[in-house]
Amino acid sequence: MPRLSSQRALRLFGALVVTAILGFLLLPAIVVALAAFNGRAILSFPPDTWSWRWFAKALAYEDFRAGLRNGLIVTGWTSAIALAVGAGFAFVLDRYEFRFKGILETILLSPLVIAHFTVGLGFLILAAQLGVTRGYAVVVVTHVVLVLPFVLRSVYVSLRNLDRRLELAAASLGAPPARVLATITLPLLLPGLVSGWLFAAILSFNEFTASLFVTVQRTQTLPVAMYNYVREYADPSMAAISVIYIVATAALLTFATLFLGLGKVLNVEQAR
Amino acid sequence: MAQVVCREHHELIARRDAGETGASRNCAFMSTRPFLRSFVSPAVLCAVALLAALAAVLQYSLRAFVPGALEPGGFTLENFTALAKPLYARVFLDTVWICFVTAFVALVVGYPLAYALVRARSAALKAAILVIAVTPLFLGEVVRTYSWIVVLGNNGFVNAMLLKLGLIAQPIQLMFTRLGVVTALVHVTLPVMVIMLAAALAHVDRDCERAAASLGAGPLRTFLTVTLPLSMPGIVAGVTTAFAWTFSAFATPQLIGGGQVNMVSNLVYQLGFASFNFPFAASLSVAGLALTFAVLALLRAVARPLEKIGPH
Repeated sequence: MPRLSSQRALRLFGALVVTAILGFLLLPAIVVALAAFNGRAILSFPPDTWSWRWFAKALAYEDFRAGLRNGLIVTGWTSAIALAVGAGFAFVLDRYEFRFKGILETILLSPLVIAHFTVGLGFLILAAQLGVTRGYAVVVVTHVVLVLPFVLRSVYVSLRNLDRRLELAAASLGAPPARVLATITLPLLLPGLVSGWLFAAILSFNEFTASLFVTVQRTQTLPVAMYNYVREYADPSMAAISVIYIVATAALLTFATLFLGLGKVLNVEQAR
Repeated sequence: MAQVVCREHHELIARRDAGETGASRNCAFMSTRPFLRSFVSPAVLCAVALLAALAAVLQYSLRAFVPGALEPGGFTLENFTALAKPLYARVFLDTVWICFVTAFVALVVGYPLAYALVRARSAALKAAILVIAVTPLFLGEVVRTYSWIVVLGNNGFVNAMLLKLGLIAQPIQLMFTRLGVVTALVHVTLPVMVIMLAAALAHVDRDCERAAASLGAGPLRTFLTVTLPLSMPGIVAGVTTAFAWTFSAFATPQLIGGGQVNMVSNLVYQLGFASFNFPFAASLSVAGLALTFAVLALLRAVARPLEKIGPH
């Protein structure tokens, strides 16, 4: 029996450690929510009075509104382009052998380890050298390069899990390649494609460091506007907008976990 | 097996419909590579754009800075010799140190969480851990950093709680310290560490653990001699990625470090946008990139014998 009780002690200890780590992960979100509903302009814990006014102020702030508008434009273009490019490349990566395949893959995955400030600085200098004015296009190209590895990975994992026999069956029944792709491959890949698009959209909408280099006042995205706000003001408007951000992101990811099998896309499900 | 059956079926159809275009198209599906060109070309364009941007940084790093002019001067190596100045060398050393400490702490904190994520019995608990662990990754650096300012500031949560409990008489300084910067950076890198570790743990063959247990090893011994060595590839991937991501961090050292704790990213931004010395900013970026790749190569070299510990 001593064996069993020591196992139980170990399990209890493990549960405590995991709870503490989850607490560490959640702490900033909880604290920022407390700050957002604080009635006064100066932080105090716990708040003496409660109010919604910082949410109203944040939503009315012109820089945040413009940032949201610009962010949605950039995110819309980035996620669509990255999905098309990433899904196509994941397909050929999974199916074919061709020259420079390994090199091309390495280059496209390299933004995972290249610092974002280096990529941002690079596109800033490149735009200047080519004489391109810094509009949305420069921001979108930068974001596409940065989010592409994530799209590539999630579509690639789905392709690996796809049953090729279904495609062969369709082809053997006379469907030309384009029809097989449209009626068999794409529908089967849908969860991978949707989560790839979701990754691209969320990461592009939140990208900050490279955006700081390549945006100008006119194309400033929301994270850049928030950064400038934090540097200049100390009122809890920023806490309010952070709460909106955290709730929206957690909701999207919960949706992805429950309906798209996020665990499978991230490859963290126990293999039997 | 399935492929053989399909091929036989295919040949059968091909023989029967010989001469018909449908059949030759089917053969084309098997032998040629449809969509290759149209799917590869956009990817090549993206790769070219990235390489052009990196080449632009490299080119600028070799140009002279002309004060007051945005256009750089002639080619020179001056920017790189200036990097050896104690002021800049120190920032590089600090950055590497912060990156290593952050990656190590993230590993120690991330491992139990990844283990719980993979091994939890209830699906709801699994989903909850996954969402809580992954959400910070998608929040972006600004929101996360701001949240930590609210936690660590002199009027912040930690100090308010400690004062209320009477444990301290004066607020303790957490902002603008390395401890504060590293705490926030661990929070930033934890999600990616957990994902990498969980992916490795998910592919550990549980029969190996059961075999160890059946031979009399206790849970701790089973973990240390079987599970931990088998998850080594995830540890290597997690530590290298955590290092590279910490190196990339900008808002966290900028806002929480507040000029007291500087990383290479802060120096690059300052040189670019405060002094408009883009050539020197570019040379710092090139040196940073070389350093990242050197550390990644080193970590992989160190890890290779470690990975062999597992029964491969």
